[in-house]
Amino acid sequence: MQTLTHLERLEAESIHILREVAATAQNPVMMYSIGKDSSVMLHLARKAFFPGPLPFPLLHIDTLWKFREMIAFRDAVAASPGIRLLVHTNQEGVAAGVNPFASGSSVHTDVMKTQALKQALDLHRFDVAIGGARRDEEKSRAKERVFSFRTAQHRWDPKAQRPELWSLYNTRIRPGETIRAFPISNWTELDIWQYIYQEGIDLVPLYFAADRPVVARGGQWLMVDDDRMPLEPGETPQMRRVRFRTLGCYPLTAALESPAGSVADIIEEMLITTTSERQGRLIDSDAPASMEMKKQEGYF
Amino acid sequence: MAAYPAPENARLERFLNEQLHKSLLRFITCGSVDDGKSTLIGRLLFESKMIFDDQLATLKSESRRYGTQGDDIDYALLVDGLAAEREQGITIDVAYRFFSTSARKYIVADTPGHEQYTRNMATGASTADLAVVMIDARKGVLTQTRRHSFIVSLLGIRHIVLCVNKMDLVGHDEATFRRIVADYAEFAADLGFASVEAIPVSALRGDNVTAPSDRMPWYSGPALLPYLDTVDAARATDAAPFRFPVQLVSRPDHAFRGFAGQITSGSIRPGAAVRVLPSGRQSAIHRIVTMDGDLDEAVSGQSVTLTLRDEVDVSRGDMIVEDRAPAEVSDQFQATLVWMSEQPMLPGRAYAMKLGTRECQVQVTEPKYRIDVNTRAHEAARTLALNEIGVCNISLDRMVAFDPYRDIAATGGFIMIDRLTNETVGLGLIDFALRRASNIHRQALDVDKAARAGLKAQKPVILWFTGLSGSGKSTIANIVERRLTAMGKHTYTLDGDNVRHGLNRDLGFTDADRVENIRRVGEVARLMLDAGLIVLVSFISPFRAERRMARAMVEDGEFWEIHVDTPLAIAEARDVKGLYKKARAGKLRNFTGIDSPYEPPRDPEIRLDTVSLSPDAAADLIIARLTHAGLIEEA
Repeated sequence: MQTLTHLERLEAESIHILREVAATAQNPVMMYSIGKDSSVMLHLARKAFFPGPLPFPLLHIDTLWKFREMIAFRDAVAASPGIRLLVHTNQEGVAAGVNPFASGSSVHTDVMKTQALKQALDLHRFDVAIGGARRDEEKSRAKERVFSFRTAQHRWDPKAQRPELWSLYNTRIRPGETIRAFPISNWTELDIWQYIYQEGIDLVPLYFAADRPVVARGGQWLMVDDDRMPLEPGETPQMRRVRFRTLGCYPLTAALESPAGSVADIIEEMLITTTSERQGRLIDSDAPASMEMKKQEGYF
Repeated sequence: MAAYPAPENARLERFLNEQLHKSLLRFITCGSVDDGKSTLIGRLLFESKMIFDDQLATLKSESRRYGTQGDDIDYALLVDGLAAEREQGITIDVAYRFFSTSARKYIVADTPGHEQYTRNMATGASTADLAVVMIDARKGVLTQTRRHSFIVSLLGIRHIVLCVNKMDLVGHDEATFRRIVADYAEFAADLGFASVEAIPVSALRGDNVTAPSDRMPWYSGPALLPYLDTVDAARATDAAPFRFPVQLVSRPDHAFRGFAGQITSGSIRPGAAVRVLPSGRQSAIHRIVTMDGDLDEAVSGQSVTLTLRDEVDVSRGDMIVEDRAPAEVSDQFQATLVWMSEQPMLPGRAYAMKLGTRECQVQVTEPKYRIDVNTRAHEAARTLALNEIGVCNISLDRMVAFDPYRDIAATGGFIMIDRLTNETVGLGLIDFALRRASNIHRQALDVDKAARAGLKAQKPVILWFTGLSGSGKSTIANIVERRLTAMGKHTYTLDGDNVRHGLNRDLGFTDADRVENIRRVGEVARLMLDAGLIVLVSFISPFRAERRMARAMVEDGEFWEIHVDTPLAIAEARDVKGLYKKARAGKLRNFTGIDSPYEPPRDPEIRLDTVSLSPDAAADLIIARLTHAGLIEEA
């Protein structure tokens, strides 16, 4: 009898989790962040419910500071058959003038991502939100359940997590409470790239090396995606061959100098890489336990 | 959208192919607190080059801040992910870590050593193929070593690596190592492990972790990582019969009706004869559908969608099984339970249960025995407290398909959930069925409840009076019963006086006994309802869960909860039977309102405020409400 490959096992487990969400949630939603993990999740969801349509909409929390290529990609995905995409922006944050430059990364992330996410979940009364977090990304993520319980205030209590045995997920909640479900918990970054390669999954071109206008700031390359980015004295955008390992708000996402122009190139490059994926995200380095705090407050 | 050229890169293809076909080993580390589990995993991650430069920089700064190794790197900080864990230097919750070698990919569950987190350790064990049991060479085999080894064995792990750690602190002494290995072998002799590999290590110094150490020349066995790379520990689910718990029914249009799920054991091909359980209907596989095209064969672990040749009724929670080797079907089992809640298990209380994709209700009897994890002696017990393990009979509210856990884990393990808090309170392993579906025939009686009630010209109902001692439940129930009898209705009253002294005289006033008391009263009331009677139940019944259990035994509208609402101070001032005085004096234990809680109904059918209503007025109100609801005629 045939044995399953590593990726086939991961895929089957993720499909099982997605189906459990669909079978038990009253009003589920899949978070869609436009990044590679979201692309993989969308692909897995299509497989999980084939030949039927997706039984839930996608939700994008738009901070209005995403790369322009991300938004173009998102709109193309939304136009494909069987996809219902919801976009939510924290209008209070916009009215208050919150942005990553003036407000700083932690205020911007809190108001435009965490608070915005909670607003959207409350607004649509979603009871289960499917997210693309992986346990290998960061230390507090490694502790998280596949079905992760949130209070009616969207808080995560890491010390009071439900025991999660076998693949039997406790999906019961009271009105107002919610669950974050993480179907790709057990995937590593290499697994994700390998699966993208194997399945031919489309990605935002920002993942692949190209000449892009960047400035050096704090030892990292930041892309000047539009003219809202205030340049500091002496800074002039220069063209560099860069790509992104992870995508978020463009002023908070560092680029990496690389010639890797294809998925195959990226996998090759990863074998010699010595920097972890989340370092490209500037939000984690505020304090050692910053991701855990953000998660407790309701961030994914 | 992104376009990238197909690589014509033989080296890459070879690499990807190797990655793809590496086997996966899931293991847990367990043992007592401070045995060095997190340090060992941190060391494995470090040695297998899974630590990136930026993580190493963070690690160095955190080692100085929180570390226990002076200026040296504290590898445990790599895995203790929660702030509270780093501050306290202990592991609270399971952390899942990923690393790979040239031979294998690994998922390791680092589980807590403290006793209060034993449930998290069981969580890690449930998905592991192998357990690395850590022992501090200075301390030897401890209670937690025994507890964890026993749980690991219960959950079906058959392969153990005994890591005797901190060998550097005992001078790399061979005799110490041999003594611990012998102690463990004696303890583990009857735990059913297929292999126990003992390795002396120092996780901190890296001895015998990834390569043999020259500090212990007397040890000629493999180092830990080379051993893990070669051990054959996979649970054999592919040789077992085909099992497919149905997750959901896929009906995108009228032409297609498929059943989506993950194969938990065995394999299947189109044309294979199958059976749907618990109904027992037979059919054959028509197609194995996936987005990548139909399959000729699907095997254990795969998520697929099956269609059947015949129009058979199948829904979520059913199991599609091999016709020649079907699973069993029953609604009563003997099971081994590991209790995981601060609230002790209450025999008789209805819990929610999840077995495969089936959710149902379950009641547990008093434990047949509790198991002492040190000696594995069987002890008498009336309940199970947090982290206790016992063997119980359980009774479900419906027939389910299952396999004994030791035969097929995926269809024999279940979780129990508190229906009020939704907390996962217990894990269970089915030992065997107490009766089989084929042995029982529910008698369909021609004379039913409607016929019996019709003869009496009434609608049967249960009037459940709940409230504090001295609130006036029995007084009001007596008046209501007199009025109903005067109207020609057939009634019966169950109260403490006629039940406590006979049917329930073996029960005391502990929480567990109160639950059993109400369960029995509920069952008797249900039988009387079935006989067509109007049943008045007058019991303090202090817990919401039990009142809900009694309500769930009958149909909607047949259970009226009547809250005889008297403030504690007034009930105590009345003290008709002098019980409050005794309770205050400490002569009566577990007295509701004094040292045992009363949970008032949130949404009773009737609430009687006995401060403003006389007993006669309260009875009037009940009669009026029953009349209004059409349960009795206008007087």
